[in-house]
Amino acid sequence: MAVRPLLNVPREVRAGVAFEVRILIQHVMETGFRRDAVGMVVAQDIINRFECLVDGEEVFSATLHPAISANPYLAFSARLARSGTMVLRWVDDRGMEGEERVDIKVS
Amino acid sequence: MFFFEKKNQKTSIRLGSAQWMKFFCFFLFTKRRLLFAVCCLGLLGAGEEKRSGYEDAGPQVRAMQDDDLANPAFLWVQQGAAVWGQGCAGCHGAVEGMRGVAARYPVVEGGRVLNLEQRVNQCRVERQGVAALAPEGDAMLGVTALVGLQSRGMAIAVEVEGAAAAHVARGEAFFRLRQGQLNLSCAQCHEQLAGQSLAGARIPQGHANGYPIYRLEWQGMGSLFRRLRACLVGVRAEVLARDEGLLGDLELFRAARGAGLKVETPGVRP
Repeated sequence: MAVRPLLNVPREVRAGVAFEVRILIQHVMETGFRRDAVGMVVAQDIINRFECLVDGEEVFSATLHPAISANPYLAFSARLARSGTMVLRWVDDRGMEGEERVDIKVS
Repeated sequence: MFFFEKKNQKTSIRLGSAQWMKFFCFFLFTKRRLLFAVCCLGLLGAGEEKRSGYEDAGPQVRAMQDDDLANPAFLWVQQGAAVWGQGCAGCHGAVEGMRGVAARYPVVEGGRVLNLEQRVNQCRVERQGVAALAPEGDAMLGVTALVGLQSRGMAIAVEVEGAAAAHVARGEAFFRLRQGQLNLSCAQCHEQLAGQSLAGARIPQGHANGYPIYRLEWQGMGSLFRRLRACLVGVRAEVLARDEGLLGDLELFRAARGAGLKVETPGVRP
């Protein structure tokens, strides 16, 4: 079952004033260093790329590596000049993609 | 026959260092001695301040629990809401109607103790005619977290009279039973040594007012059984089966012992 992330983004912001974007995504973040009960290495499966775009323009992005806890929590600041749709998207090692969209009104 | 009143230590870290303050032999030979005996016993109970494991956790962990959008357990609550919508809502309606349920669980029914998880599965199998949920699966953890969440902030108040009394007594006996290769009882750590350190972590009093919890060590959600199993393994004792009656008794006793503490479900613990 696809579980939507816990997302905290203000729907209305003031132009040019920084606001915080917080997101908590459900993901196992398997490091690739663990072994299972029969000794086989459990393949790495982490969210390796996270991007945040507003109307196609990149606001924030991150390349993630092992040693990040399961269900990663990301928080960053952003500043907008005009209203737009914020798209948060990520992809993991198995090619699973996730996306959230938020319309943000700038006043 | 002496009665002592334990000082109520609001800010104290150590439970074991409670000071004996005064005793009430003054009242021993008055007509009201029975009344005072009852009062003093009440004070004894109240004086032993109960601390939620929340207070023994670090500030970062507490911050996670305080913010529903930073508490990963809410990812499971979301899954629980889906389960609720598919089946439970047909009879029970909106989940908000479950307010108070988690605070009075586990209950005694048919000669055994039923916790919330067992009740959910009993309901599914006997009334809905659908398959039981896997005990440690996301759906079960989610739905119990969702139901528990409705009672958040309410005081734990389980029924300990009548049929439950024998179960509570058995649970307490188990709580005080030395067991395992380390020959430790639950009470030794969670009562006598609570507040002291074990490998850098503070030993909590062992109340279970936030279950199911998101535990950082597990990197995921887990039930009270999972936590109890970890403790039993820790003292190298025989691990009881999930549906073992004794485990239910222990669960009921721990709820009685934590009576009055606020439900924190879904909690976050280190």
